[in-house]
Amino acid sequence: MATLLVRGGRVIDPSQGIDRIDDVLVRDGLVVAVGHSGTQPVGRVDDTLDAAGLIVTPGLVDMHVHLREPGREEDETIETGTRAALAGGFTSVACIPNTEPPIDTQAAVEFIHQKAARADTCNVFVVACASKNREGKELAEIGQLVEAGAVAFSDDGAPVQDAELMRRVFEYCRMFDKPFLAHEEVLELTAGGVMHEGLVSLVLGLKGMPAAGEEVLIGRDIALAEATDGRLHVMHVSTAGGVALIRAAKARGSRVTAEACPHHFTLTDESLRGFDSNFKMSPPLRTAADVEAIIEGLVDGTIDCIATDHAPHALEKKMLELDRAPFGILGLETAVGLAVTRLVVPGRIDWSRLVEAMSMLPARILGINRGTLRPGAVADITLIDPEMFWRVDAKAFASKSVNTPFHGWTLQGRAVATIVGGRVKYRLRDPAVV
Amino acid sequence: MATAAFAQEVVPAVWPHRHLLDLERLTPAEILLLLDTSAQFKEATEGCRHKLGVLAGTTVVTLFFENSTRTRTSFSLAARRLGADVLDFSASGSSLSKGESFIDTARNLEAMGVNAVVVRHKTPGTPHLLSQHLSVGVINAGDGPHEHPTQGLLDIFSIRERLGDLNGVTVGLVGDIAHSRTARSNLWGLIKLGAKVIVCGPPTLVSERWRELGVEVSHDLDAIIPRCDVLNLLRIQFERQNTRPFPSVREYAHLYAMTRDRLRRAKKDLLILAPGPINRGVEVTAEVADCPQSLILDQVTNGLAVRMGVLWLTCGPRESLGNSGGRS
Repeated sequence: MATLLVRGGRVIDPSQGIDRIDDVLVRDGLVVAVGHSGTQPVGRVDDTLDAAGLIVTPGLVDMHVHLREPGREEDETIETGTRAALAGGFTSVACIPNTEPPIDTQAAVEFIHQKAARADTCNVFVVACASKNREGKELAEIGQLVEAGAVAFSDDGAPVQDAELMRRVFEYCRMFDKPFLAHEEVLELTAGGVMHEGLVSLVLGLKGMPAAGEEVLIGRDIALAEATDGRLHVMHVSTAGGVALIRAAKARGSRVTAEACPHHFTLTDESLRGFDSNFKMSPPLRTAADVEAIIEGLVDGTIDCIATDHAPHALEKKMLELDRAPFGILGLETAVGLAVTRLVVPGRIDWSRLVEAMSMLPARILGINRGTLRPGAVADITLIDPEMFWRVDAKAFASKSVNTPFHGWTLQGRAVATIVGGRVKYRLRDPAVV
Repeated sequence: MATAAFAQEVVPAVWPHRHLLDLERLTPAEILLLLDTSAQFKEATEGCRHKLGVLAGTTVVTLFFENSTRTRTSFSLAARRLGADVLDFSASGSSLSKGESFIDTARNLEAMGVNAVVVRHKTPGTPHLLSQHLSVGVINAGDGPHEHPTQGLLDIFSIRERLGDLNGVTVGLVGDIAHSRTARSNLWGLIKLGAKVIVCGPPTLVSERWRELGVEVSHDLDAIIPRCDVLNLLRIQFERQNTRPFPSVREYAHLYAMTRDRLRRAKKDLLILAPGPINRGVEVTAEVADCPQSLILDQVTNGLAVRMGVLWLTCGPRESLGNSGGRS
């Protein structure tokens, strides 16, 4: 079958401790080796990608993506969402089960797999419901969902309020070694809230969502995970207090992991002063001190990985009063640019850590055989131009929706080619370079 | 008085805004301009009783997504006093109940040729969003707990009428600060004009964070009464609360109602304001509401003056103001 040579890029693969200018040879959809083609015979090469000046990484993995299908195809479909993933440099996404109907049956998991196969874009891994119908009352059929291919469990958006059920989920998932992905929010404390509770919400008269509403549930779930030896993965950590709780748990040796979203290390609640619903998400944008704590958490590894919480909403749904507009923003096509601009360029983390946070660790948390360029690994590869300055244009997105707060921003760093299973699935054409 | 002559007489130095959305972002000079213009209208209409034709040919729509009697009546009457046509549009019974978005509703009204939209909505920021989607002037008549700029202006107008300069005057805002747009608009206006502001109520309704704006925070009405020159008694907004912020109305009234006893411990010339509608017996007892220091009815009359001033500045004939290029 086909042979592909990615030549002369800066190959960064933290799973092998590699960071050097080199070639990556791919044959039949698998990585043959990272090695200099000038010094060893490569045989016949069908296709060559010149990666000079580019960064070559194991394919990026976004473990928190809302593809909206089935049920909300006006916002996004599996096809458009995975095309957005490719355009953002992601070769794998994990889709979250808050669809209509929710993904709580084998048939629903199978539907996602079939739709993803038909789209023939990036890999789609399924996160299934932890409770039936995401109601937080009874366990979903977790064993059968695992058999169908679910890689993790979550009731994201409908945080499990019942502590007893939460404990059962941790206990039960343990026999499959699957993580529970937790949206941490005490609903009584956030009811009616549209933004972070602080001075800005006070001045604007908007109902706030206090940081404690997130931290109380992180604290509870860490205690329950430790008591059951369960695997807790805290989604979209947004507060300094949450980072501190996770740091302390890791210091005790807990199996807790965590992710942060680009908007939470980039924007603050001050953004809400324009009342634009593109700044409304849950958890909400917090304060500058929280943003700094999230970045510190990413620097010291308290927060393992970066995930986008890509949450498309059709334009007419977002063009509403702030309390009626839904929570959430797009993430897939701006994640690399924001991470490079906010974290790498200012020297907060190096490229190796970025690749770890956007590829190796999310793959490891999900237990999927991705996030590495080891010989024999599936050839999912992302090529990033680290020097490219480009302007975010929501109208040019591959996503079906345009709800981004970053429209018009100039970012540095962009995926220019995305290779899935040895096939080039995306190449940046006509870049809006500035 | 003839329109042209009057216009020349009250021409403001500079009024650069097309909208009136909040007091937070106005300069002290702009607030004074609004107040002075309103005072001229009060005088020219002999206490808001007579009609001027200065806005003849202008159409003002009151677009109310939330119930109101007082504010809407006041805006309508102010517009009519200036000779404008007034269209009242209520959310109930309109296509809003059929699912139309508020932006579409407002655009439809704009397409009918109205010159200004006076909007009230339960959600903060809705007037701000409308102002981005409409080319006509938008006047905020109250957006949830955020701001109610004309209420803030009329309260300050009423204080100024009695005390003159606000510099150094101590004003206590008492009650449901958390849910009060009146509190926020008063607070910004008062701070900008040099007054000292104390917010007072239980911690469930009065956040410590107000201190970050240079405001004094108190939970003890009896402690602040002797220091206040003005008390503005805000209504408890039962309708905006998910959970009750105090155990009972009885206990609230015990701690925070302005009673005759408390009045005795105040400065002799303490002024009492209360933006209606008042809950007699909760924020203020009947005898205090009707006492000589109460400005409650002055506030209603001054509301007309302020709304005339605001309508004039936001949708008066720009060419006669000589700054038609300065719209923002």
